[in-house]
Amino acid sequence: MIEHYLSLFIKAVFVENMALAFFLGMCTFLAISKKIQAAVGLGIAVVVVLAITVPVNNLIYTYLLKEGALAWAGYPDVDLSFLGLLTYIGVIAALVQILEMVLDKYVPDLYNALGVFLPLITVNCAILGASLFMVERDYNFGESVVYGLGAGVGWALAITALAGIREKLKYSDVPEGLRGLGITFITVGLMSLGFMSFSGISL
Amino acid sequence: MSEMSVKKVLFDPVFTNNPIALQILGICSALAVTTSMELSIVMGLAVCTVTGMSNLLISTIRSQIPSSIRIIVQMTIIASLVIVVDQILKAYAYEISKQLSVFVGLIITNCIVMGRAEAFAMQNSPGISFLDGIGNGLGYMVLLLAVAFFRELLGAGKLFGIEILPTVNDGGWYVPNGLLLLPPSAFFIIGFLIWGLRGWKKEQVEAPDYRMSSHTAREAF
Repeated sequence: MIEHYLSLFIKAVFVENMALAFFLGMCTFLAISKKIQAAVGLGIAVVVVLAITVPVNNLIYTYLLKEGALAWAGYPDVDLSFLGLLTYIGVIAALVQILEMVLDKYVPDLYNALGVFLPLITVNCAILGASLFMVERDYNFGESVVYGLGAGVGWALAITALAGIREKLKYSDVPEGLRGLGITFITVGLMSLGFMSFSGISL
Repeated sequence: MSEMSVKKVLFDPVFTNNPIALQILGICSALAVTTSMELSIVMGLAVCTVTGMSNLLISTIRSQIPSSIRIIVQMTIIASLVIVVDQILKAYAYEISKQLSVFVGLIITNCIVMGRAEAFAMQNSPGISFLDGIGNGLGYMVLLLAVAFFRELLGAGKLFGIEILPTVNDGGWYVPNGLLLLPPSAFFIIGFLIWGLRGWKKEQVEAPDYRMSSHTAREAF
């Protein structure tokens, strides 16, 4: 049992890395990876939000949206799964807002450290993507907790590594047209190539 | 934005102000679908429809939206549009919709849609906003197609599933480069495309570099 969860976690972090294998959360990934500190802050925020939203969306999907899920309310024929997208994004936006308020009230240090990144997370595709993958792969509640956490850790790992590389990269002499965005893309490509080496591992 | 001709609004985003290559928007869901031309066209059309329609709708009700909840309102409109597109794809192109898997849904968080709604549709009249949405969708599609062209041609020797370069497996001469079907190659191709685009349109080189990264020559010394 534990082994199953552990392998799911490792898979979510390395083999199916959100950023480097599925290109999710790329906009923020490329925009906020110039400084390690900022990258770590954003990474932590993503881990927290993913670890909460994926299980919550899992519960909503299982008990409200899935075909026949409303049987407990006396509507066994209702299939609301087409409302999925709208619901997930609503849940994510609301949770990010709530998280922001809770952190502001009880953990002001963390709130200040995360700063502008929290609201940005609403439109981070990695968050919505994880929820959609969770639905597509039919994870149960326990698996969705592990998957959310793993996906977040993987994304945080990737953005921190990229920020580390870019901090060094700014001292290098890059061809004119490739400077900035171009070279970042190629760096990410090389990192992604590196992460591909995990794909041979069967868990 | 005083003078806005239809042509300028429609075609500027394609090369001069490409959403992916210059504005760093909408890379998220773009790269994974570029393994074949067919998928890219469908994805491009879907994004075109959603950006165009969302710009139109948001711009129509822009004076009624209270600014404090505008993000939620925009999100709801965009999400509804994406659901419509998703359902249409499922109904009429089930195979393709299966291959696109979660990436149709991810159009919601595609920054192009949000970005254009926020930056353009909130200030301009419906007609021109619609064109702006279509234009940005086109810019996205052109880049997607360019990437897919190289990936499918060199990775599988095909275009739109039709064999162009006969591969060794089928008794031809072309040894396909399998790397191009894997995720990392998309990054390389986009990186090189940006290089090419900036070599062609020099004015894109300076300004974005100063904005996007602080590593200027002065800092290095």
